[in-house]
Amino acid sequence: MKEPHSFSRVAQPIRNFAQRFAYVGLVVAAFALMMLAKVDTILVERARTHMTDAVAPILDVLSRPLDTVNRGVAEIQAMKNLYEENTQLREERTRLMHWKSVAEKLEAENRVLKEQLNVIPEREASFVTARVIADTGGAFSQSVIVNAGARDGVEKGQAAVTADGLVGRVIDVGSRSARVLLLTDINAKIPVLVDPTRTRAIMAGTNLARPRLTWLPPGAVVSVGDSVVTSGHAGVFPPGLRVGQVAAVGEGGLIVQPYVDLTRLEYVRVLNFGSGGILQLPQRSIGADTPGKERGHRP
Amino acid sequence: MRPTFWQRLDAFARNLTPVALTLVLVILNVVPTHIPGIARVLPVLPLISVFYWSIHRPHLVPAPAVFLIGLFQDGLTGAPMGLHALIFLAVQGVVLFQHKFFMGKSFLVHWLGFGLVGAGAAALSWALLSAFHVTLFAADAIVFQYIMTVAAFPLFAFIFSRWQQAFLKLD
Repeated sequence: MKEPHSFSRVAQPIRNFAQRFAYVGLVVAAFALMMLAKVDTILVERARTHMTDAVAPILDVLSRPLDTVNRGVAEIQAMKNLYEENTQLREERTRLMHWKSVAEKLEAENRVLKEQLNVIPEREASFVTARVIADTGGAFSQSVIVNAGARDGVEKGQAAVTADGLVGRVIDVGSRSARVLLLTDINAKIPVLVDPTRTRAIMAGTNLARPRLTWLPPGAVVSVGDSVVTSGHAGVFPPGLRVGQVAAVGEGGLIVQPYVDLTRLEYVRVLNFGSGGILQLPQRSIGADTPGKERGHRP
Repeated sequence: MRPTFWQRLDAFARNLTPVALTLVLVILNVVPTHIPGIARVLPVLPLISVFYWSIHRPHLVPAPAVFLIGLFQDGLTGAPMGLHALIFLAVQGVVLFQHKFFMGKSFLVHWLGFGLVGAGAAALSWALLSAFHVTLFAADAIVFQYIMTVAAFPLFAFIFSRWQQAFLKLD
């Protein structure tokens, strides 16, 4: 019995030292990794993509029951105010019918004018509808993971939207999953136009719920309620995607309220514009030539 | 009596569960809840796990495992790679440094300890994030997240203690 005892007496300090050494080494490694990530090497991002891709099937399964529960709750809530909603929708329909006739007239006029000016027709978008399987909109970053990847035609840099407006941009693509950087993330800088005056600006995320408008030209007039659309400058986003509304003019600058409720994303459409174009109505682009396959639909 | 092969395999599998549980919590943390605003203040569940197991079964959550758990958290949440690895390692380091203090103490002391260590972790993450993005970060989300994490501690500590009694009693 004496033998192992004395052995452990010698070995223990060495083991302790080795453990402490390993600990310090790991702390340094974590630091080094952060530095490496800051320099933005492809290596780190690729590791992340593989990790996300590996977990995607698990997340896909786990997020389903919650989605179902949420839909159930939403349906019950809808049932409760069916009557009011109906009246409201009727009113809205009357209003929209008016708008429809206006839009048709404008469309016809627009077509004629474009013909006269020989405007090069812009490509129609195809899209992939993907389900949100992970929501990491925390204090650290604002992104979601969707269950469509390279095999479904998703590519890095494509815009993600819902029926309400812009959601964000695809930043990582695995084979079966992709990460969408939300427009509220601190890394999101989107060239936009503030609508009635067509004022150019950059919308910068702050990791808070509402992004800010920066880099406005001097003397720009922007007021609360103005709508914000993507400008298509810098080629990151296609022009004309609805983004949000100027919500407040505070001391931190102009605050934009996104049209999309980013906390309740269930399905997003990842748009493939090719070289760029104006957002078409989805019915039109799905009917004609849609290389991207549809995976589910917005309820 | 020497344990048989199956007994050893059984013990090995049981000993893996603290790390496995932590990894499960990392995944659960990012499952979309669709509750408005909740994602911003969702508790950092793996932090509770790292803290708990570092007190009760330190040899089952060695530093390399904590490092990998942190990387996994970073990979999934989209946080800068290495951020959570560093935070989790720091939490584990503090717990192990004060291990004698935590040993055999009541649950309330552990909760209080977690409150302190968690505050340190929140401050560290704020500082690291601010340094990473070279901007002063809005701290409110991190503070809320910290409060939620501390509030979630009793529930998860309870689950872990039941787990420990059920599967890791022989240690």
